Formats: sequence, structure tokens, C-alpha cells
Amino acid sequence: MDKELRLMKGNEAIAEAAIREGVDAYFGYPITPQSEVIEYLMSEKPHERTGMVVLQAESELAAINMVYGAAGTGRKVMTSSSSPGISLKMEGISYIAGSELPCVIVNVVRGGPGLGTIQPGQCDYFQATKGGGHGDYRLIVLAPASVQEMADFIETGYDLAFKYRNPVMILSDGIIGQMMEKVELKPQKKRFTPEEIINKYPWATTGKPKSRERNIITSLELIAAKQEAFNQKLIKKYQEIQENEIKYEALNTDDADYILVAYGSVARICMNAMEEARAKGIKVGLIRPITLFPFPTPIISKLADKVKGFMSVEMSAGQMVEDIRLAVNGRKPVEFYGRQGGMIPAPEDIVIALEQKLIGG
Amino acid sequence: MAEITLQDIIKEENLVYSRTKVMTPNELHYCPGCGHGTAHRLIAEVIEEMGIQEQTVGVTPVGCSVLMYNYMDIDMQEAAHGRAPAVATGIKRVMPDKYVFTYQGDGDLAAIGTAETIHSCNRGENICIFFINNGIYGMTGGQMAPTTLEGMASSTSPFGRDVSMMGNPIKMTELVAQLAGTYFVTRHSVHTPRNVRRAKKAIRQAFENQKAGKGVSFVEIVSNCNSGWKMPPVKANEWMEENMFPFYKLGDIKVDGKLVEK
Repeated sequence: MDKELRLMKGNEAIAEAAIREGVDAYFGYPITPQSEVIEYLMSEKPHERTGMVVLQAESELAAINMVYGAAGTGRKVMTSSSSPGISLKMEGISYIAGSELPCVIVNVVRGGPGLGTIQPGQCDYFQATKGGGHGDYRLIVLAPASVQEMADFIETGYDLAFKYRNPVMILSDGIIGQMMEKVELKPQKKRFTPEEIINKYPWATTGKPKSRERNIITSLELIAAKQEAFNQKLIKKYQEIQENEIKYEALNTDDADYILVAYGSVARICMNAMEEARAKGIKVGLIRPITLFPFPTPIISKLADKVKGFMSVEMSAGQMVEDIRLAVNGRKPVEFYGRQGGMIPAPEDIVIALEQKLIGG
Repeated sequence: MAEITLQDIIKEENLVYSRTKVMTPNELHYCPGCGHGTAHRLIAEVIEEMGIQEQTVGVTPVGCSVLMYNYMDIDMQEAAHGRAPAVATGIKRVMPDKYVFTYQGDGDLAAIGTAETIHSCNRGENICIFFINNGIYGMTGGQMAPTTLEGMASSTSPFGRDVSMMGNPIKMTELVAQLAGTYFVTRHSVHTPRNVRRAKKAIRQAFENQKAGKGVSFVEIVSNCNSGWKMPPVKANEWMEENMFPFYKLGDIKVDGKLVEK
């Protein structure tokens, strides 16, 4: 299948991109607003198109543990869910991180806490970037701001997941998942053969030949000194990721007095807010983190020396703003404007907040 | 006549029994008298005899046998508590030509992992599930399990299991036998040579079923926990015969996909 231009929902685009990426297996459980991912996959008969396994599990718990099992064999494995379902997956995600297995987890975030709402949210930022499950671990977190990026981040996600043997989360939201946009789909990639997998991933549980020691996938280490050595190995890996994998988009930052920081769908809204503010003569720039972990700390730190202040705009009660404050480290004011519960910030409200909180203050 | 010395006996031609090559030389950490070592060995022997060491991936549970991967010379994955059948599902679905088994205790399989057990059995995943039931949580120090018998003392039912308050012991094996996806469901023990032979035959049958693509083979082994039960090994085996077997009856429950008529 060649490159192709289509009009698709974000949830459909990520599913189609997964088939074209040559993903070996998807395990999931329906939850709004991302059920189209598994619905689309099932309707596409990927077992016929590429041999990809798609299985509806009995729960998110089971789904993430199926991911753990299949990822242990060196396969490209994926799951998707939305906020309450991601909470259920957190146990398994911790084990996957602790066993250093690659996989891609999609969270189409909705408002919370608890059952919350089925409307969009960005209130799982802490859960995605600071842990969520137990123990010292990090996910690599990608934040798509368009249907195109939903599709593109599948490939980026697997590249990073296998490069670092680390789970990757695509942190989307109900807007990106549900909205339709033009998307350019990549050509079909071949799935790796079992022989290619054995050669590429010598750590995988593919069955022990006489030529090697047995492979054990586990996150258990009862000797404290050995567990600490493993933790330090993880810390080193996360530092490497922070040094090498930061991605962000910077708009109008050269002459900016004020910087909006926003990711995902809210970054799109902030682009409009930025235009409105500039029409009023306020020099506003935008930083859109594309990786939330690693967070684009260096560029924000650099900008802190020349701008007058920052405002984080989120569909949350204020989560990413803490990372911005850490980057700015008290040098300039860092304000926050957010909507919660599935409410979406409007560009004009963002401009008013900017004027009241940063410029007027 | 000259006396026979030990050196005369230790000769290759006299060797009639040895460690199976599918087990590592690592010393087992289990308590003396525990059935885990025998159960591990039977699985390893069957894997060796079928010549499937290179094609087998095992899934270990959380519980006393969490470190089973130290003893089996095959690729293994360690599952979170109760999730082994889901992990095995993931492995088997992407490598349908491999042999995949789980090895789980009663807390793992019949309490925290009930949903994973029932649904993997109901889907008819082509895997073997080996279920070691000793009616107690051994690793955490002898707490009440879902399979603890009525009146049986544990550290969380110190005056005996009061079913009016703590619920009833669960017969998971009879339960999964009702599901369309299970092909072979049977209950055994490994406390006498005769029972060991029967258990081994069942384990072999389970792997043969997987080879033939028949769905779930579910082998329960009723075992002792002399540490948790606070009994010397011989007494624990007697207690098991007198108390566990009347409730958890040994024998086949489902063969070739059909419930066995009693």
C-alpha cells in the first residue's frame, strides 16, 4: 500500500498507521472517547492485511498484560484507552517499564477524576510524565496536536520504544481523537519475520535455542544492591532520553515578550490566541512541547532570560505549569490558565487571561 | 569377597535417575516437603521428553513460585500477581507455534487473577495452565486463600475460616470446566509416587493437547504447605489426604472437551 491522503478521525488515523507500521499485535478494551481505535482495527481485518493480531480483552488490566507478554517476545505491540482505563493499565505499565520492554500506549484523555466526563481533557499529564504506576520509572510521552501527528507518532513511538527498550505513551485527548482532518498515511511496512526478530532482539523470549542462555523477562530483584544498580541504569537511560529526544515547536519566540506554553489540541487553540494578541499589539510567542517527557526544559530556560513571562494553558487544573516553573526557576513569572471537566478554552479567553495575569499584573 | 565402595557405585552405567536437562542446577528455595519442586520437575521432564525446550515459553506467577524461572532452563516471563493467563495470551497470540504455559498458585489464579483465568479459559487460548492449590498464601506468611477450607486456620483466619463472614472456598477447577474454551480439566497431587506418575501423565496430556491446538488444558495439583499449615511434612500430607481431597476431589473433570460423568 502506497502513501495515501485521507480524511479521518484521529482515532482511526492512529489505527490505520499502526497497521501500516507493521505492528504485530493490538490488545484493548472499549472506552469512550477512543473506542474507534479497536473498532477501526477490527473492521480492517488486519490479520488478513498484515497478519496483525487484534484482540478485545476482558479488561484494561488484561489488555496491558497481554501487551507485556507479547512485547516480551520482541514484537511491536500496542494498546489504547482513555483516562479511567489508563489508570487500570498503570500496574502493567510499571511492570513493562521495570522489565524494559518496548510498546506504544495511546491515551485519548478525557476529563476526570473518577469516571469524570467523556469530554476532552489534559488532566492525565502528571500520570503520564511523572509515573502513574508505582516505582521510579519514566515513559517517553508524545503529544500529538493533529490527526496527522496521531498517525506520524506511531512510527516515532516505535522507533523510540525499541531504541531505548522503554514504553512510549501517545498522550492525545478527546478533541484530537474525535476530530476529522486530512492525513497523509505512510506506505505499508513489512512486519518483521520471527527470524528477523530473533536476530534483532536477542533479549526476547522467543524460545531458548542451545546457542544461548535462557531469556527471563522480569522486574523482580530481591537483592537491594542489585535493584539499586538496575534503578541507576534506568536513571542513566532517562538522562540519555532527556539529552537526545526533546521535541518541540517554537512559534514567534524571536521577538516575543510573553510565551504561551501548550501541548496537543490546546496548542492549536493557542495559535489563534497568539494571532489575536498580536493583532492587539501584544508580542506573544508559543512553545508547543511535542515530547512531554523529555520536557523541553532547555528552550524554556533559555527564553526565561529574554521574555517578560510565561503562561501555561491546559485543559487541567494546572499540571504542566509545574514543569515550566522548574525550567524558569523563579526568574520570570509563570502563570496558568486552564479549563477543566471537558470545557475547552477559547482563544479570546486565553488573551484576556494573558492580559489580566501577566501583563496587567 | 571384597567390599563394594561408593566409588564402585558412582559409574555412568549405574545411573538410573538424574536432574532433567530442562532444570538448572540452582538449588530450590522451597521449604522441605513442599510440592513445588516435584511439580516443577514434572513439567521439565515432559518438556524434555517431548523435545520442546526450544519452543516453550513459561509464565511465572506471584507467590512462592515467583522464582520458578531460576529453576527452569527455558525462556520465561514473570507476570504481575494474577495476570499470568493474560501474559500467556499475549505470548501465544504472537507466537502460535510455541508452547506456552502458566504456573500459578491459588491466590494468584483464584483470587486476584480470577478474571484473567476465566476469560483466557473462555476464549480457549491454546495454552496449559498449571494450578498449584495448597489452600493458603505461602509466600506472604500463611494468610487465608480463596481455596482455604471451611474451619481451616490461617494468619488472617486464626480461629478457622468462618464462611458466614469470610465466604466459601472456591472450586476454580470445576468452575473453568464449565467453559467452552477448556478442553482438558483435571486435578492431581504429587505427594506419593503413584500420584506423581498420574500428575505427570496429565501434564504430558496438557502439552499434547496444546500441540494439537485444542485450547486450554487446566491441571490442578492439590499440594501441601507444611510451613503455612504449621505441620511437619508427613503430617501435612496426611492432613491433605483427610481434609483437602474430600473437598478438592482428585481425578479428571473434563476430558477431550467433555465433562466426565460421575
